[in-house]
Amino acid sequence: MSKVIKIKKGLDIKLKGAAEKVTVIAESSDLYAIKPPDFVGLTPKLCTKPGEKVKVGTPVFFDKNRPSIMFTSPVSGTLKEVRRGERRRILEVVIEASKDQDYEEFSSGNPEGMTEEVVRDNLLKSGLWPTIIQRPYGVLADPEAKPRSIYISGFDSSPLGVDYDVILKDEEASMAAGVAALQQLTDGKVHMGLEEGYPVNKTFDKLKNVEYHYFKGKHPAGNVGIQIHHIEPMNKGDIVWTLSPQHVCAIGKLFLNGKLNPSITIAIAGSGISKPRYVKTMMGTSLKPLLANMLEEPESVRIISGNVLTGTKVEAEGFLGYYDALLSVIPEGNYYELFGWVMPGLKKFSNTRAFFSWLRPGKEWEIDTNLKGGERAFVLTGQYNKVFPMDILPVHLLKAILVEDIDKMEQLGIYEVLEEDMALCEFVCTSKTDVQGILRNGLDLMRKEMS
Amino acid sequence: MKNGKIRQLVDKIKPTFEKGGKLSFLQSTFEGFETFLFVPNTVTNKGSHIRDSIDMKRTMAIVVMAVVPAVLMGMLNTGFQHFLSIGEDATFWSWAGLWYGFLKVMPFIIVSYLVGLGIEFAVAQVKGHEINEGFLVSGILIPLIIPIDTPLWMVALATAFAVIIGKEIFGGTGMNIFNVALLTRAFLFFAYPSYMSGDRIWIDGMLQGDGVIDGFSGATPLAEAAAGNMDNLPSVMEMFMGYIPGSIGETSTLAILIGAVILIYTGIGSWKIMLSGVVGGAAMGILLNIFAVNTLMEVPFWHHLMMGGFAFGVIFMATDPVTAAQTETGKWIYGFLVGLLAILIRVLNPAYPEGVMLAILFMNVFAPLIDHYVVEANIKKRLKRLKA
Repeated sequence: MSKVIKIKKGLDIKLKGAAEKVTVIAESSDLYAIKPPDFVGLTPKLCTKPGEKVKVGTPVFFDKNRPSIMFTSPVSGTLKEVRRGERRRILEVVIEASKDQDYEEFSSGNPEGMTEEVVRDNLLKSGLWPTIIQRPYGVLADPEAKPRSIYISGFDSSPLGVDYDVILKDEEASMAAGVAALQQLTDGKVHMGLEEGYPVNKTFDKLKNVEYHYFKGKHPAGNVGIQIHHIEPMNKGDIVWTLSPQHVCAIGKLFLNGKLNPSITIAIAGSGISKPRYVKTMMGTSLKPLLANMLEEPESVRIISGNVLTGTKVEAEGFLGYYDALLSVIPEGNYYELFGWVMPGLKKFSNTRAFFSWLRPGKEWEIDTNLKGGERAFVLTGQYNKVFPMDILPVHLLKAILVEDIDKMEQLGIYEVLEEDMALCEFVCTSKTDVQGILRNGLDLMRKEMS
Repeated sequence: MKNGKIRQLVDKIKPTFEKGGKLSFLQSTFEGFETFLFVPNTVTNKGSHIRDSIDMKRTMAIVVMAVVPAVLMGMLNTGFQHFLSIGEDATFWSWAGLWYGFLKVMPFIIVSYLVGLGIEFAVAQVKGHEINEGFLVSGILIPLIIPIDTPLWMVALATAFAVIIGKEIFGGTGMNIFNVALLTRAFLFFAYPSYMSGDRIWIDGMLQGDGVIDGFSGATPLAEAAAGNMDNLPSVMEMFMGYIPGSIGETSTLAILIGAVILIYTGIGSWKIMLSGVVGGAAMGILLNIFAVNTLMEVPFWHHLMMGGFAFGVIFMATDPVTAAQTETGKWIYGFLVGLLAILIRVLNPAYPEGVMLAILFMNVFAPLIDHYVVEANIKKRLKRLKA
């Protein structure tokens, strides 16, 4: 076993309602959607009109700036509707599933025997290319780029995080094929981060030519960005790609079967859910069948596609996000609390010991969406450092972004971080600073400046 | 308490203060009181969906709590020293002393809060901001670092100066360069020096001199040591407990240590600044002990940590997160230099009997410079990696 990397800073937020390790098969949905806002750096251009028939893997839209990146339908059926928001921005492309499923054909075979071009084309055409996230900036991968290396995190340390032992059961073959395909796309290595102290998931074990790294520590130890920082930090000009393990398996299945296989397993969890557990469903599914009879109080919960720190708020009628393997449901916090700031606070979770909740270690907390205070200027210092395990000065980076100082942003390490890596800073912030929003502005500004 | 009586009342009068209401010009003030009563019902709408329960009000409340032991010991001591000065048979732990001290100290606290919060409210109102909580802490610190015989109007004037010139013109809490409470004291020190130094100002009533017994000295241990009256120095125990003359809240090292424990344990005060401050003070003390060419330099270094305002300054003033160094490495350097300079000025500068205030204000100015070099070091590390 190679060297264990200890992540000394961080915070595990133990929330009530972790998913029980049982997988049920979800009732299949009538509606599916691809949501362009899920993808950073995308300008969608439709290539199928409402009313037209699609198969599994038929392109629905593509990236206007890089037309080779296709976004394909996860089901066969009819393109039902294109939902638009302000300035006619496309929010959701909704597809109504038909009873029988027809599949588009793609290349199949062992990726090890294929050239780089064939592998890349297969991913682009099948619609699995967007599973690759490119750093810096966390954007859609550039098909013409050659990444320094590819990183996969094999564990999820976020609140209510999923267990890949459950999600990736019996996926050994697809994982191996997926990794083999990725190896064709980089001259560097494919790295995988695993959690120290746990038996290695069979799916992740003994993959060929994969460099394993073992991490020990609290969240965000499972974030791929933190892992990259500790394996080989990104410098200016470096490009790396990251994928979630489940997406690697999807790529593997494409090469094994020559078809797009959109099935995925996700966790539905949180204190707002009556039976938190895993469900087998499809990419882009409507949440309606997933949440039927599952919500404790449908009127007063927030449904989040993704985890509670970084996920996107969705409606009960909405759709699963492209990159998400978790649906979190927590109570809304739109209530007033009399003298909340002077009470002992036995039920209030905090990373400080300013509430007497520190008397209850190991408790599973029910945290709602209340902001728990008002927004203020930066006052306290050193708070972010406690939960941000990178050799980067988080507040100084944020201040450089706020004054739009491009040079300083670069010097202070903006290429190494994405919102998810700094999400805990936002969680612990006394001044309730919009850390992820500020960072995204900085990343967007930087990307514009550098292109 | 989702919809208690108080909430119903607040909801009823709320529209009056909102835009279009009759009293809308008082919106910030109303909001200030409303959020004082209730944690607002705001929910997260971007970024992280859940947040830590900590907020600025709680943070400031904890700091105020940490100061309370020093307030109580200060009240007890005010009574004790007064009764001593008029020749009564006084014990430190007495209800009469506490009551006397309470009556003397409370007006300072009230004046400080009234003036400071009044200005905060007015400024928030003019700017249309929410009210900042910063003064909740400054307001309790100000009375603790002045001599008990300071006239109230001076406190009011100095507080107004510190809040307006020291904080609001920089943009309010979080933007100021100098510690607000210390600025109050600096203002008094330079504007009314006769009320801020000497042997007669530390004990209530001594300035007027009514009933003070002959031969009673109100001199602080520091003044005694500086004058070379080593025989008059109180015992270590007396200094540690705070049975000595001095500014209201600075005398009891024990009370200040309790505050330090609260600040460190809750994670709100920086233990790095506190520790390095003490180390810096001790280091300078040891150095002076080695040379020891006069009586003040002979004072054992660890006595310095309990004399004057050293403990109070290092625990409650130097740790002010806004005016201290903001980087973790910077905090070590900043704290160390505060301690070092405080003792250096105290012992070697004849013009200032106490160096803590100036040391901290001086380091407030240098904190950004320290941070600058820490940030540069971080940048250089990244550049080096790129070249490698």
